[in-house]
Amino acid sequence: MIEVVNLNKSFGEIDVLHDINITINKGEKVVVVGPSGSGKSTFLRCLNCMEDPTSGSIIFNGVDIADMKVDINIHRQKMGMVFQHFNLFNNKTVIDNIMLAPVYVEKKRMKKLRRNNPQNEKIKTTKEIKAEAKAQATELLKRIGLEEKANAYPSQLSGGQKQRVAIVRALAMNPDVILFDEPTSALDPEMVGEVLELMKELAESGMTMVVVTHEMGFAREVGTRVIFMDEGRIVEENNPKEFFENPQNPRLKEFLSKVL
Amino acid sequence: MGNFNLKVMRFIEVFIGANGYKTVLEGLQNTLKIAVFGLVIGIVIGTLIAVVRVIPKYKVLPRILNGICSFYVAFFRGTPMVVQLLLSYYVALPLMGINLPSVSVAIVVFGLNSGAYISEIMRSGIQSVDPGQMEGGRAIGLSFSTTMIKIVIPQAIKNILPTLGNEFITLIKETSVVSFVGALDLYVAFNRIGSNSYEFMVPYLVMALIYIVLVLVISGLVKLMERSLRKSDRGR
Repeated sequence: MIEVVNLNKSFGEIDVLHDINITINKGEKVVVVGPSGSGKSTFLRCLNCMEDPTSGSIIFNGVDIADMKVDINIHRQKMGMVFQHFNLFNNKTVIDNIMLAPVYVEKKRMKKLRRNNPQNEKIKTTKEIKAEAKAQATELLKRIGLEEKANAYPSQLSGGQKQRVAIVRALAMNPDVILFDEPTSALDPEMVGEVLELMKELAESGMTMVVVTHEMGFAREVGTRVIFMDEGRIVEENNPKEFFENPQNPRLKEFLSKVL
Repeated sequence: MGNFNLKVMRFIEVFIGANGYKTVLEGLQNTLKIAVFGLVIGIVIGTLIAVVRVIPKYKVLPRILNGICSFYVAFFRGTPMVVQLLLSYYVALPLMGINLPSVSVAIVVFGLNSGAYISEIMRSGIQSVDPGQMEGGRAIGLSFSTTMIKIVIPQAIKNILPTLGNEFITLIKETSVVSFVGALDLYVAFNRIGSNSYEFMVPYLVMALIYIVLVLVISGLVKLMERSLRKSDRGR
């Protein structure tokens, strides 16, 4: 599904990623761990070109999205992203946060349909589009038990609630993969559980996930493959059992001895 | 004091008896027209310039646009409003062979001028919005401009509303320079009453009073708007 070929990234003089090569298959839950500054967040952000790779390709569903000529927005719609600081839209209510992108994309699609054939029966009115998106958003909110917060603003939610809303906002686009950038690092300890629980549910539903995290328990339990990054390189990758019980690389052994 | 009473009587005579109030109403109307439409044009221009200034500049086009905008802002902030008004009315428009009423010219010049100031206000407003908001929009597949329009600019405007209110107040007060191109504003109206009654003390006092009331009303309205826009901040 995602194939990373010779990915390099540097910020000015500083090289952050060196020749990363990895293939992520459909249904996989890839967990990326490593010390801070190892480039794991940059790697994740390169996957949907939030950071433009300095060189190399990111092949997503057969298209090299690192190519500047590609319309990245279309591909990002199929790659959800969940951030450490949630990044919910502060000026929109919870339900509007979830509906915004689906409505926007559907409206654009209808415009195109109308241009090709104004009599096309599949054309929906804005009202219908909104109603559909609202039904879907309500369904998603129900799933995370926050339907009574539909008309609240993000500032009225707790950190854990914000992150769960951010996750379903990504889900509303029916993405092929969701990228998680340290989704629990900014949360109060008692809220970490509810977010991890939702991510676990997602994993069980078959979603392809790439997760940068410090939660080793999650990596072991949910991950199908764990990757250790250090100094901008993938140093070791293995299934979780082998990864944690039988680490090979000395840097990984040292890292695990510190965090476990 | 008796003298002052006489002056008041004289003012009232001209204000009501000689239809002075009609002139004042027209002047007030023009003052408000110039300030309100000037502000609207200014917000549109200012927002466009501000967006150009915050666009990432890897490509050539944004750089060229940025250069043009820098020049624009430098020109309109670097010359007095009166000069811009005179240049437009007596130089630019005649050269182009265009004939416009002075109030329309004033509206355009005020818009262009305040656009330069508002662009800087708006830029700081946009930069005060958490970059995560833009990332959140881009990551979900919205374009730069869509995220700007739907997410970032509304939050920026909320942040800069008090400053925009100030800009509006400045515009209202500055309209008094449009007499240079022969437009009838509040100042010209009272000046006429003064000339007709050979007495300037009371007309100018009343004029100042009207300006103050205008400004107070606008400040009140801005506060109300701030409060209603702060809805999304509840609980913070």
